[in-house]
Amino acid sequence: MAEARAQNGPAAAAAEEIWIKCPGCREIAFRKEIERNLNVCPKCGFHHRLTVEQRLAITVDRGSWREMFAEVAIGDPLGFVDTRPYPQRMEQARRASGRNDAVLAGLAKIEGHRAALALMDFQFMGGSMGVVVGEKIARLMDYALARRIPVIVFAASGGARMQEGALSLMQMAKVASAIARLREARVPYISILGDPTTGGVAASFASLGDLNLAEPGATIGFAGRRVIEQTTNQQLPDDFQTAEFLMAHGMLDAIVPRHKLRYTLGRLLTALRPPRLSPAISGRSRRAKT
Amino acid sequence: MEHQEEAAELSPAEIERRLETVARNLAAEKSAGARRKLAAERKHLEAALRARLSPIDRVRAARNPARPQTLDYIEALIGDFIELHGDRRYGDDGAIIAGMGWFRGGPAAIVGHQRGRSTVERLRRNFGKPFPEGYRKAARIFDLASRFNLPVITFIDTQGAEPGIGAEQRGQSEAIAASLEAMARIEAPVIACVIGEGGSGGALAIGVGNVVLMQENACYSVITPEGCAAILWREAGPEKVADAARALKLTAADLLALGVIDEVVPEPPGGAHREPAAAIAAVGAAIERHLRRLRKLAPAALRQARGRKFAAIGAPFLSGGVEKRARIK
Ligand SMILES: [Zn+2]
Repeated sequence: MAEARAQNGPAAAAAEEIWIKCPGCREIAFRKEIERNLNVCPKCGFHHRLTVEQRLAITVDRGSWREMFAEVAIGDPLGFVDTRPYPQRMEQARRASGRNDAVLAGLAKIEGHRAALALMDFQFMGGSMGVVVGEKIARLMDYALARRIPVIVFAASGGARMQEGALSLMQMAKVASAIARLREARVPYISILGDPTTGGVAASFASLGDLNLAEPGATIGFAGRRVIEQTTNQQLPDDFQTAEFLMAHGMLDAIVPRHKLRYTLGRLLTALRPPRLSPAISGRSRRAKT
Repeated sequence: MEHQEEAAELSPAEIERRLETVARNLAAEKSAGARRKLAAERKHLEAALRARLSPIDRVRAARNPARPQTLDYIEALIGDFIELHGDRRYGDDGAIIAGMGWFRGGPAAIVGHQRGRSTVERLRRNFGKPFPEGYRKAARIFDLASRFNLPVITFIDTQGAEPGIGAEQRGQSEAIAASLEAMARIEAPVIACVIGEGGSGGALAIGVGNVVLMQENACYSVITPEGCAAILWREAGPEKVADAARALKLTAADLLALGVIDEVVPEPPGGAHREPAAAIAAVGAAIERHLRRLRKLAPAALRQARGRKFAAIGAPFLSGGVEKRARIK
């Protein structure tokens, strides 16, 4: 399902440009060549962003993906209007992405290991977290908890979604509570902080993995760079709020280059095994209900 | 009574000025008849003020420095308070007060933001904006309370967590996230009270309660109205900020309707800053009432109930297979 979408979705629209300039080395490169290289610059190793479909395609075993909770959607709880009404903004994002909100959830196999997977879509309103994002991730975690399946979340988000107000904020607590339940049951949860991961997403589930991993160069932080520049008068270091900055300050377990991520996840899923369930329950878990 | 119609046309600031005059006259007046008249006028003015307060007026009331702060609540409601300092990692954050004391005769753990009033205190407390070490201190107290089954009372009053180089270096995101998880795990009653400004993740980090109380003029929001206006309208003039405050639905009444909070605690007429003692007493009575109920639940049941409560937030606004949600244990 997702593989079919990968050919027709936003990736296809973006692929119209044949040449792209690499922000890492400033060289002009053939887009196809970069794409063949997992969207990593062959010259300097700069990690270009991936669409959710691209990410899925390079992460999970072929044919193993089963989407869940695809129909969960929200209306306009606050009646929010800024320069445009919220429902109009949502309609546009839905049409462009082909999904209801900024996260994709489901079951897959990675290097033969079953995993419950959520992938945030930064192209959908900046990957902002409203009720649907919180709900789908929390529900995926509870589903995985009941069946003792490891959870992996690829975060990519500017933070909580303003247009759903405090309801968005509360999703931080909703997902943190689900993680507390996973932790207690010793079901592993791996967080991969993508480019970018900031605000309320960084300050909740993205930072709560049993392991927190990131790709090279990803922007990760709590407050926006501009806010910090305005409120402090300090000169910000060059690598401020990069994955490398976080690792240097002890906040990341590892920075994993994209070429090694799938293999690394496979090894980690081999090592971190959730406790076995009683046969009655594990029998039921073979069929994925959506 | 002519002042009735008149009051409806006044701005909140004008009503406040009139209220002050009436209060002065009332204090000086001896005749019973005149006093009755003044008291009636005060009642009408107070009602008009309540009706006229816009969301941005309430944000201003929530930020009023004369409003009672966490240490005022502790002073009035908590006996034998023992403040507990530090995160045992890096330092002791001034913006978060943590400790143990006695509430209505029983031991309890207390955590709250403290903004401070004097310039010296404000600086020492970083204007109530916690650094990561503040959240790590809070999480330490949450774990302690859970292990010894102490009820937890939190007081929320912050513009938000500190944004800055030091905060980022020491993991502000992780500190807030870990505090959220620590609260989710507490096997004891947790009552969170929004007593001023509930600013985003820095507020919620100590707000994961079985019950979330909110004072009438407090506000609680995903972003400040100023920040919201700057991002959505690219300008932060007073008009756009007021629009943002309205759009964000950050008042206690709105949040009760949205299911984000559980109860609105009324404030004395004109706001908590006018009669701090009465405002504090009303919050204390609400905490006591909920605590009496929550104490009857088993520790594990309290943790589960909290998980279910936050799992349900926002669910009424969803469509598409919401009914299938698994039961939370
Ligand atoms: Zn390059």
